[in-house]
Amino acid sequence: MIETYELTKQFNDFLAVDSVNLSVGAGHILAILGQNGAGKTTTVRMLTALLNPTRGWARVAGYDVVKNGHDVRSAVGVLTEQHGLYMRMTAVEYLDFFGQVYSLTASARKLRSDHLLEYFGLTEASHRRIGEYSKGMRQKLALARAMMHDPGVLLLDEPTSAMDPESARLVRDEIARLKSFQRTIVICSHNLTEVEALADQIAIIYRGRILIQGTLEELKKTVLGAPEYEIKFSFDWDSNGVELPKGVEFLSRTADGLKVRVENPQEANPQILKHLFAKSASVMALQEEPRTLEQVYLKIMAQAKGSENVE
Amino acid sequence: MLSKFRLVWLVAGRELKDQFRDWRVLAPMIILILCFPFLMNEFAKQTVDFLNQYQANLILDRFVPFSIMIIGFFPITISLVVALESFVGEKERGTIEPILSAPLDNWQLYFGKLLVGVATPLVASYLSIALYLFLVLDQDLNMPSFMVMVQLFLLTTAHATLMVSAAIVISVQSTSVKAANLLASFIVIPVAILMQGEAVLLFWGNEQVLWLAIVGVMIISLLLIRVGIAHFQREYLLGREIDVINLRWIWQTFYRNFTGGSKSFRQWYLGVLPLAMRRVAPAVLAVGLIAFLSLWMGYDWIMVNVSDMVHSASPERLQKIESSISQLPDLTNLQGSISAPFLFMNNTRAVAFIFLAGLFSFGVLGILLYMLNIGVVGGVYALIELLGMNPNPLFFAGVLPHGIFEIPALVIGSAIVLYMGAVIVTPQTGKSMGEVMIELFADWVKIFLGVVVPLLAIAAIIEAYITPGLLISVMAR
Repeated sequence: MIETYELTKQFNDFLAVDSVNLSVGAGHILAILGQNGAGKTTTVRMLTALLNPTRGWARVAGYDVVKNGHDVRSAVGVLTEQHGLYMRMTAVEYLDFFGQVYSLTASARKLRSDHLLEYFGLTEASHRRIGEYSKGMRQKLALARAMMHDPGVLLLDEPTSAMDPESARLVRDEIARLKSFQRTIVICSHNLTEVEALADQIAIIYRGRILIQGTLEELKKTVLGAPEYEIKFSFDWDSNGVELPKGVEFLSRTADGLKVRVENPQEANPQILKHLFAKSASVMALQEEPRTLEQVYLKIMAQAKGSENVE
Repeated sequence: MLSKFRLVWLVAGRELKDQFRDWRVLAPMIILILCFPFLMNEFAKQTVDFLNQYQANLILDRFVPFSIMIIGFFPITISLVVALESFVGEKERGTIEPILSAPLDNWQLYFGKLLVGVATPLVASYLSIALYLFLVLDQDLNMPSFMVMVQLFLLTTAHATLMVSAAIVISVQSTSVKAANLLASFIVIPVAILMQGEAVLLFWGNEQVLWLAIVGVMIISLLLIRVGIAHFQREYLLGREIDVINLRWIWQTFYRNFTGGSKSFRQWYLGVLPLAMRRVAPAVLAVGLIAFLSLWMGYDWIMVNVSDMVHSASPERLQKIESSISQLPDLTNLQGSISAPFLFMNNTRAVAFIFLAGLFSFGVLGILLYMLNIGVVGGVYALIELLGMNPNPLFFAGVLPHGIFEIPALVIGSAIVLYMGAVIVTPQTGKSMGEVMIELFADWVKIFLGVVVPLLAIAAIIEAYITPGLLISVMAR
């Protein structure tokens, strides 16, 4: 569980994070999106009790990040921007070292390390020096370190960067599995497809301020407006003059149909179909226009930069 | 508690393993351990042959201890690189964040690094010394006594602790390995000068003073460790990326602390200065007590060491000394030659020197200088008494009038140094080490200009124009 209130961090004249309010429950994934230098890493560092907030507070796994830094660090698994691997160690030694730091027993360390190395496909290379690993292998090992003590809260900075598609899929599956085991997860990522697939909540941060946050659907609705639908007809049916039900806004005419915006699809879509069938329209499809997180993100960013330019 | 130390060992063990896997650290150390004793031995042979021509046996006796000290020192300087990059190196390699995010306390992390930093050079030094002693046994040279060996062993340990603890402070405060290595000269040069002093003590053969030197170095080392832990902040290790001297920020921080937001001189003098004085008050009390201790020490030292000399002196000799002392202050001339500005400058320089000495030693050297100053007064008092004169009238006339102002100025001037040392070794939440130093400097300037300088000015006027007259009248009686 992560909760923050007006979390702010200022470095001399630079306001890195400004009044961030977050609430992520157990079994939920929050994705923080933003440009480089937007304040994602600083936020994560405050949640790891590495940086003290200038103002506001944060509780992670029930502990205050300022008063109970040690407890926070025990409860959290962090994948940092830089992997932070000791190049002269082997993967087994590395995981064992961090297992000891987190006070795991020898048998627990062995069990956990064997499992993680096997899961991430590193068993064969486990006795090789980390310096000899590829970028993707290093990323996987860093992730294994973050998961070594089976933490209740995971803070993952770019968890799948530098990974091949197969490995990335493996990591996504593991994150989803951890979510189902009631872990609280925060992901900082530039991979919007991955975020769409994993996150329950998304927060977009710009210059330290959270511009918007909510579920993907909420974000789409707020930023892009009500969902748009295309109605396709099987043959040339004259849709001129067709009356649309209340709550359905006509947008444009396409080669073989119409485009409409629907405020409340659950109620309005059956009405549309009923209405069209009553008019003997040969409806071939009623499909939602695909709207991606990327569109949301780019629009939000454009708005933020635009309003900044106006100011 | 043991489990807490287990984590210190864990951090140290990893560091050590890492070092032993790095040939760039290992190779120079091994070469140094093996080669330097042979080189030193060859040098010793040549020196012995040369000195034997002149029957300089005393120097020969002291030569082996001196060589041991030098042999112990060299591996420490090389291994300093390991301590210098302990934190900043990890920062540069990007390995610091995972370890800082782990449930390790600051002191566990710090001591883990310190342990390896000290242990590595020490093992290298001990091995090197052992090899040299083995070579010395093979020659016609006197082995040092057991006590000197213990002193050399402790001295080498103290040097390693001092240099490594300073190197780790630098490593925590630096933003790059390059900067840390450049700053290392601030360790190597003072320690090299310190060793020259210790070498003098070794050749002098004064074991007591050498013990004091060992204790002094150990105290400074412990204070450095304390400073390192007090100013170890995860935030600063992660937050600062670039080495830039921000003169504007330095000036603004100083100015803000110096003026304390006051709008006029009156507001500063009556509001800001008393606040600074209140902060220094406990140190003033401590330094005041140290004054009594120093007076007694000076008095006692003269009584113990000089009384035999005075008692065994012939009556003629004694009379000669007495008459020369009574004529010593040619007060009629003194009045003209020693002016108030001269006295003022002299005393101001002494207080500034105490500040400078204290600045680089957490107040220790500053307070030692202060004790020396006060101790001289106790010594002179004892000397006058030993010569059979009553020192009280002389003191009331010659010291008290200007001493009322001068001694408090000296006490306050020295107390700030003690206060500064105490603050530096105390954790200051939310402040960088630089910020703390600037604030302390602002406090020193405030008290120096606002209290010490005016007191010294008044004392100088009294000492130049009133004290001589009073002394003349007392001595005439």
